[in-house]
Amino acid sequence: MGGAQGKTRRGYARPLDLTRGRVDLTHGSGGRAMAQLVEELFARFLGNEYLGQGNDGAVLPAPMLEGRPGRLVLSTDCHVVSPLFFPGGDIGCLSVHGTLNDVAMMGATPLYLAAGFILEEGYALGDLARIVESMANAARAAGVPVVAGDTKVVERGKGDGVFITTTGVGVLPLGLELGGGRARPGDAVLVSGSIGDHGVAIMSKRENLTFDAPIESDTAALHGLVAAMLATCTDLRCLRDPTRGGLAATLNEIAAQSGVGMMLQERAIPLKPVVAAACELLGLDPLNVANEGKLIAICAPADAPRLLAAMRAHPLGQDAALIGVVIADDHHFVQLTTAFGGRRIVDWLAGDQLPRIC
Amino acid sequence: MKYIDEFRDGDLARNLAQNIVAAAEPGRTYSFMEFCGGHTHAISRYGLVDLLPRNLRMVHGPGCPVCVLPIGRIDMAIDLALTRGAILCTYADTLRVPASGGMSLMKARAGTGGSCADVRMVYSTRDALQVARDHPRREVVFFAIGFETTTPPTALAIQQAQSEGLSNFSVLCCHVLTPAAIRTILQSPETEQGPAVAIDGLIGPAHVSTVIGSRPYEFVAAEFHKPVVIAGFEPLDLMQAILMLVRQVNAGRAEVENEFSRAVSREGNLKAQARVAEVFELRREFEWRGLALVPHSALQIRAQYAAFDAERRFQLEYRFVPDNKACECGAILRGVKRPQDCAIFGSVCSPENPVGSCMVSSEGACAAHYGYGRYQDRH
Ligand code: SF4
Repeated sequence: MGGAQGKTRRGYARPLDLTRGRVDLTHGSGGRAMAQLVEELFARFLGNEYLGQGNDGAVLPAPMLEGRPGRLVLSTDCHVVSPLFFPGGDIGCLSVHGTLNDVAMMGATPLYLAAGFILEEGYALGDLARIVESMANAARAAGVPVVAGDTKVVERGKGDGVFITTTGVGVLPLGLELGGGRARPGDAVLVSGSIGDHGVAIMSKRENLTFDAPIESDTAALHGLVAAMLATCTDLRCLRDPTRGGLAATLNEIAAQSGVGMMLQERAIPLKPVVAAACELLGLDPLNVANEGKLIAICAPADAPRLLAAMRAHPLGQDAALIGVVIADDHHFVQLTTAFGGRRIVDWLAGDQLPRIC
Repeated sequence: MKYIDEFRDGDLARNLAQNIVAAAEPGRTYSFMEFCGGHTHAISRYGLVDLLPRNLRMVHGPGCPVCVLPIGRIDMAIDLALTRGAILCTYADTLRVPASGGMSLMKARAGTGGSCADVRMVYSTRDALQVARDHPRREVVFFAIGFETTTPPTALAIQQAQSEGLSNFSVLCCHVLTPAAIRTILQSPETEQGPAVAIDGLIGPAHVSTVIGSRPYEFVAAEFHKPVVIAGFEPLDLMQAILMLVRQVNAGRAEVENEFSRAVSREGNLKAQARVAEVFELRREFEWRGLALVPHSALQIRAQYAAFDAERRFQLEYRFVPDNKACECGAILRGVKRPQDCAIFGSVCSPENPVGSCMVSSEGACAAHYGYGRYQDRH
């Protein structure tokens, strides 16, 4: 099926069995079973006036800013996390936060979401319901409805339970231009909080590790924080969420796009002790580990104190810190002064982050 | 976490650095080899070289299990998975090591000429045993690499497989021994592939010594009159070890000292050694990348466990394959060259497209220099 979900058809022989039922191929075949899945599971949690239209697409009003149609930001993100449920979240809320954050990093206010599900035959309907409910809660908390969706089912062994692709649309404030190519030597580099929480939460779950303090994913929607930052009217150059590849990858991207280098202070980078300890155990560098509720901001040097204060005043930016400066560097190296006073490069990671072998 | 913080204290490090600078005599040069790739990695990651005096040089050693695997050994693993139909279980670090004909385990896995190899990444020998249990009809081979720290778990896995009657499990044993490699380096300049570096002292890896103890290093002091300090992997451990080496050199001493007394004894872990001895025996010789054939430098599976020895089970023949001509891994592993001395470092050879093994493992000297230190090469 395509387009907006939520056709209302009544009178299925039996309601969906959310305790023992499983996804089967009929749930993706376009027949009654699929309609029932949409109605009793997706529409039940995600339902809203747009989904309720039941058409192939949602008809949306153009966002107006000061009487003129605003510029739109559109972003899409695929989510394939394993395990699907992890400390601090699940693929459902993650898929909402991930896309909202991509829209927010452009400086835009997110307005609508669309979601595509690829389900594996045999996946428990009860778990699917938990995922969709978590998605619905995240979307509601963010104030952004899921207005269109699609579901397909693949044969057992051809998927990993549930894959979710979400697309987000937002509207950009008048005159705002943010971008990875706008960093200039002298600019300040800020991060909104402790790094590595998400990746370490996932990996410790995968590896069955437990620690004294629980490690939870930081998955969160950041558009509220971004709004608070934009309200300070500082000369903001660039926002970006350091997801896959962590802080290291994101800063290298910006350095390359802007044709600059960076010099970071290891001591200034917020890192939870338990995350540092887990990284040690797993042989990971926290700078390469994924985050799902943090952002990097680059701004004009004079504005850094004001921006930092605004970030710290927001619940999702309490631990925000100034971690370094943009420098002129033809090699576009991101460098770090270590806690020991030595220097090193902070590089992209080659391949996947690997555990230590001896 | 406290535990880590204590060994990462920046002020303490600066203090130690000042002590090293004060202790190093200006008229002298000091050249110390950190044998182990873990130490190489820590030195680069914490930027320790910046804290050392100019007349003190750290030389990277061959203690990186992935780096020293010769191409011929990777070829054997690929052969098992690609043409013998076995499931090959391996640690992730070996996946990208270049093999013959532009192959690697990673490429074999993705597929070549219509067939693709079943190569699985494992985190431990336990995972490999589980794969064998889950696939009773398939041959499952564990690609065992590493120094003395990783040997006891492999021994245990073989015994476990035997007691469970897991007859589809076997091990491609590439375990190598630290002291033999050190001897080869110290016997400079006689290695078959060229001279090794002249060093004034050696930092020994603590995790190896938690198994074998400090005794196997005593020949370095006794026969070669070089000081050895066994050190942990925290940056402060390394700084302390360097200071201890400087003091030994200044005093003309050559002793085996133990910086890591919190976990290392002279005898090591006798239980683990006994288990290793039950399953493994010395190989007559083993080829190391960079060091050529080194006598008594590796382990093989004892006849009694022959059924679990992939080399016997599949009648594998080791075939020598020369390294890529441009690659300086051999010289780097002997300590005579540095990564930046390789003409294709950072251009043709990078972590994304490694030409030699030293660019693959995070413990390899080229990968460490590329990932952490290459800002130094600009001028
Ligand atoms: S840079 Fe590459 S080719 Fe050169 S020595 Fe290192 S691994 Fe070999």
